[in-house]
Amino acid sequence: MKSTILASVKLTAICLVFFSVVYPAFIWAVAQVSPNQGKGFVVHAEQSSNKGSGDYYTNIAQSFTEDKYFWNRPSAVGYNAAGSAGSNKGPSNAEYLKQVSERIDTFMVHHPYLSRKEVPAEMVTASGSGLDPDISVQSANVQVKRIATARHLEEKKVQELVRLQTQKPLLGIFGPSKINVLQLNMALDQIR
Amino acid sequence: MNTEILGIVFTFTATILLALPVGKYIAKVYSGESTLLDPVFNPLEQLFFRLSGINSATGMTWKQHLYAMLTINLVWFFVCFLVLTNQSWLPLNPDGNPSMTPDLAFNTAISFLVNCNLQHYSGESGVSYLSQLMLMFLQFVSAGVGLAVGAMVFNALKERQTDQLGNFYDYFLKSCTRILLPLSVIVAIILVFNGTPMTFEGKDTITTLQGDTVQVSRGPAAAFVAIKHIGTNGGGFFGANSAHPLENPNYLTNMVELFAQMIIPLAMIFALGYYLKRRRLSYMIFGVMTIGFLLLAIPTVISEMNGSPAINKLGISQTAGAMEGKEVRFGAAISGFWSIATTVISTGSVNSMHDSSMPMSGAMQMLSMMINAIYGGCGVGILNFYVFIILAVFISGLMVGRTPEFLGKKVEAREVKIAAFIAILHPLLILSGTALSSYFTSHNTAMAYWFSGNATGWLNNPSYHGFSEMLYEYTSSAANNGSGFEGLSDNNPFWNLSTGIILLLGRFIPIIGPVAIAGLLARKKYIPESAGTLQTDTATFGIMVFAVICIIAALSFFPALALGPLAEYFSM
Repeated sequence: MKSTILASVKLTAICLVFFSVVYPAFIWAVAQVSPNQGKGFVVHAEQSSNKGSGDYYTNIAQSFTEDKYFWNRPSAVGYNAAGSAGSNKGPSNAEYLKQVSERIDTFMVHHPYLSRKEVPAEMVTASGSGLDPDISVQSANVQVKRIATARHLEEKKVQELVRLQTQKPLLGIFGPSKINVLQLNMALDQIR
Repeated sequence: MNTEILGIVFTFTATILLALPVGKYIAKVYSGESTLLDPVFNPLEQLFFRLSGINSATGMTWKQHLYAMLTINLVWFFVCFLVLTNQSWLPLNPDGNPSMTPDLAFNTAISFLVNCNLQHYSGESGVSYLSQLMLMFLQFVSAGVGLAVGAMVFNALKERQTDQLGNFYDYFLKSCTRILLPLSVIVAIILVFNGTPMTFEGKDTITTLQGDTVQVSRGPAAAFVAIKHIGTNGGGFFGANSAHPLENPNYLTNMVELFAQMIIPLAMIFALGYYLKRRRLSYMIFGVMTIGFLLLAIPTVISEMNGSPAINKLGISQTAGAMEGKEVRFGAAISGFWSIATTVISTGSVNSMHDSSMPMSGAMQMLSMMINAIYGGCGVGILNFYVFIILAVFISGLMVGRTPEFLGKKVEAREVKIAAFIAILHPLLILSGTALSSYFTSHNTAMAYWFSGNATGWLNNPSYHGFSEMLYEYTSSAANNGSGFEGLSDNNPFWNLSTGIILLLGRFIPIIGPVAIAGLLARKKYIPESAGTLQTDTATFGIMVFAVICIIAALSFFPALALGPLAEYFSM
């Protein structure tokens, strides 16, 4: 009895050191040669028309509300990456469907040129993490006209930018195409 | 073909193909044959055993195995509980997160101890980095325990007639160092180079392009996320688990994490065949499990890709499928596939929010955990399946009028009683928990200490879906899965304690049962196969096992599913 407990305690202590110290330390050491030393991928902000500065996290969605920027998907955590969550609303929840309906109306007000059946569902439903950095090509396309108008640019030019920023499926064959909204907006700010 | 479907097919096929060599390797590790990693791990393990005063060569009976296993689990529970309740002042807490309340620490410590990783906290604000490392330790050793008892059962099935079934510590440490660690290192390195953080710095504050100030949580996530999948644990580093863009940054990491959670459960099936030199038996098991898996996964993928009927009624474009609670970089198809992979295997990590899944998908996710014998968690998956094999052997023995035998051992009343008890325990735990919480909810009971406010307050959704939230929580606990319909307000004494107790019972009794059966059978005289022996490695017997599983799962759970997800499905 006593010897089993003692052996268990000792083995626990050794395993703690090995799996909770040595293993993560090794991965940490490997991370030092990875991009940005394992602190998450960042994209450096050029000092242009934007008010912010410094580095942005490429994979973390930011809140874009102005008409001159492409918007991200709705977030259940208000795009605050100190937390993360989805809405956890069930598909038949009446209150939730009312909220989606309101989001559709708001989207239509900002995009008066769209018919209701052109509104992409993903732009009015909350993402899983609340920090989804991407939108689909369709969701970018429907916003092009609004942005061109707000920035007094030719629609063709914005459309071309969307085409350039589109990330193809992995190796061209696996998974969906997508666009990183932050990088798209930063590229947009570069257009003079 | 659609690139989203192609991604699923490729990931699944590649995992199966890789499971064959990994299975062969696992069989070699447990039978003590030499492997490539011997020069590294032989001296290391010897050192560990010398320092802890364990003689890893002593044989143990099945009872001694269980005794050693339960004792060390008890030690882990106390260590983890102490760390979680004191994390606020312990080192490695750059974000200044508070200590856990005792009921939450009780739930969390048990949940990681039993390889479940039900999380009633959010990683960003609920734990310090020290606690994350402590929990990561449990992710290694709890998976190691599952594999160790699996190995003991392998041994019991192989031996002709014996009491001595190998050494628990030997199986346990080898599982951790030689199986879990190398795979985790590979996965962690892939993650690090794809943008998953591995830093001990705290939150970063940034000013966004539009000028808002926000914070971004970081931490030593890559090491954690790797073992969370390899060990079929599933506990997320961040609140949103593998839906979080730092925890699962792109489609490649998504494929790798899917592979990582499926590889060991699949490899264990093949390892059994190599170990016993009965490859046909493992193909039978693989066949039954895979048919079951596809029957659950295909309807889910289809219903997620078709999107929500309620959103369709709002008259907008839903070409991408049901996107509430999902991420664009994965898409609806593989999110649906993942939701079944993670529930049949006891991982419980999520890359989409199951609470927002379509009703049909919700039904399939719950059914996966209710069956709890398809692929299954590290080591324990095959134990659960073993129980159904014993029942099927018994029933088919009765049908053809022969003494039931499995691998040359007579299956008698005692073993069948244990198997039947284990098979009934699972529905008993799930349905009693759900009945209790539903009673409080339907009476809107004032819960006093147990929950701040009235019982309906813990639901995030009304009606059928609300019932599903409670059913899912107990199903996930009993199956040691750890995913959830996360809308449920579960961080309170009622849910922390009730699920904590179900977690314990749902882990250890289904380990003790099959270990006892295997131990009892190993002691019996070996009867050589004859023309009269019931063949257990044939398709016919496979169908028999499948039927037993369907009858037990369908009969026990159909009424509960009818009240929850099925009712929601037909009402939409």
